[in-house]
Amino acid sequence: MTAQEPIQPAEGCASSTPGGGSRREFLGTAVAAVATALTGCGKLSHEEFLQHNFRELSKDEVRDVIARLEREYKEKYGREVKVTNTAPLPGVIFGYALDLSRCIGCRRCVHACVKENNQSRSPEVQWIRVLELEKEEGVNLQHADQYYDPAEVPREGHFYMPVQCQQCKKPPCVKVCPVGATWREKDGITVVDYNWCIGCRYCMAACPYGARHFNWGEPNLPPDQVNPDTHYLGNRPRPKGVVEKCTFCIQRTRKGLYPACVEICPTGSRKFGNLLDKTSEIRYVLENKRVFKLKEELNTQPNFFYFYGV
Amino acid sequence: MKELLVRRLSLPARTAGLLVTLGLAALADPPAPPPAPLPTLGAVAQEGIQVPKPPFSEGIFPCSSCHDGKSMKVNPQRRELTGMHGDIVLNHGPESRWCLDCHDPANRDRLRLASGERIGFDTSYQLCGQCHGDKFRDWRVGVHGKRTGSWNGAKQYLLCVNCHNPHSPRFQALKPMPPPTRPEQIQARKGGAR
Ligand code: SF4
Ligand code: SF4
Repeated sequence: MTAQEPIQPAEGCASSTPGGGSRREFLGTAVAAVATALTGCGKLSHEEFLQHNFRELSKDEVRDVIARLEREYKEKYGREVKVTNTAPLPGVIFGYALDLSRCIGCRRCVHACVKENNQSRSPEVQWIRVLELEKEEGVNLQHADQYYDPAEVPREGHFYMPVQCQQCKKPPCVKVCPVGATWREKDGITVVDYNWCIGCRYCMAACPYGARHFNWGEPNLPPDQVNPDTHYLGNRPRPKGVVEKCTFCIQRTRKGLYPACVEICPTGSRKFGNLLDKTSEIRYVLENKRVFKLKEELNTQPNFFYFYGV
Repeated sequence: MKELLVRRLSLPARTAGLLVTLGLAALADPPAPPPAPLPTLGAVAQEGIQVPKPPFSEGIFPCSSCHDGKSMKVNPQRRELTGMHGDIVLNHGPESRWCLDCHDPANRDRLRLASGERIGFDTSYQLCGQCHGDKFRDWRVGVHGKRTGSWNGAKQYLLCVNCHNPHSPRFQALKPMPPPTRPEQIQARKGGAR
């Protein structure tokens, strides 16, 4: 869960609605004015205000939306940002397995994720939280600490459990979204349409893993730190007031690459692949190791597994 | 060296493939100077597993440049090394293990399996696998150890010795990267929450 900043009363937003000539122009300004009224501040272009849910857009509309976003990002960050729309690969459902007997809690994954996925840097939004747990207690979340900071890890008597979106087969966050701004894709990745999300945060309340994070302020992403390889449903820069989460690096994995957290992990604790491929390493883990799901009793049916490699 | 390896490994798979080709070409034709600054991958070891070069200390290989069997005779005596290799701390079953259990006495550029078979340093996992059979099996299928590259295509493995110093194999402790900000430490910021 993203930490909460103190909320101050809204300041007045100067709305600029110059009087206009033609009926068409008038409609345009009227829409912009409504958009301004609805969103608090007039940052939303009227194209964006009129944009439909991503899943309902035609091919041409998607192309226009992406072109508009790329233009807006260029203006904002002063550099080319590529927004892709790569579809799920046929015959693929992604699965993830994390070796609890290997993870040493070094948090390399946490920060590689922030860099890859264009999260706000200050305060930093982190999609992965590494919990430090006591060996004596086992996986007991009452004894979990996410703020540990010793000189060296692993600490004697402790083990580490990174938690991120578990890409549930029955995602409670999707069920509660009142506007259909979040859904599960065919390859098992739950995504958010940031342009459709109204920021109600129901999904954050519903997620049992604390995997969803809210942009309380304008995300603070320095232009020189922007990762320009983005996906519409993934790591493209987000606006203020929307919810975001781990997408298994949708922009990488749909191209055949491993997620950034797998690439960086120095202990090789992180395993990723196609659950439908009998020869994949992920299937080997599921068939040969002791595996468990976090909070299995909630029947969220994660495609994210924890295992003991030893 | 570790840094370098990590960076090398994050190369896109296609480039890595090319580098392997280059590496092999260099092996086949010794007089040709290898493209020096390019990170080269080691041999494609058996089972088609691509592994990086073993992490030798700078300037130590080939071992036969000192251990040539003539100017320096083989001394099979277990002893504390004082002249050279004083930096090596043997913390890998020191009671029962000794240099020449793994390093071939007759040819120091090779390793030696229990069977007497000699192998190169680039397939040292065979040596490790003699005792750590369960880890070796998991490594081969990509479950023990780190894999990078492509989940549905070419993958890059690390050798056992890229993560575990063979003389002192315990995985080194690391300094953790910064923890998340505690809620009470978050400062109100211009353009932040309103
Ligand atoms: S990078 Fe790997 S070892 Fe480090 S905390 Fe993440 S999962 Fe654990
Ligand atoms: S915050 Fe956005 S994604 Fe979450 S429930 Fe509300 S509208 Fe849906």
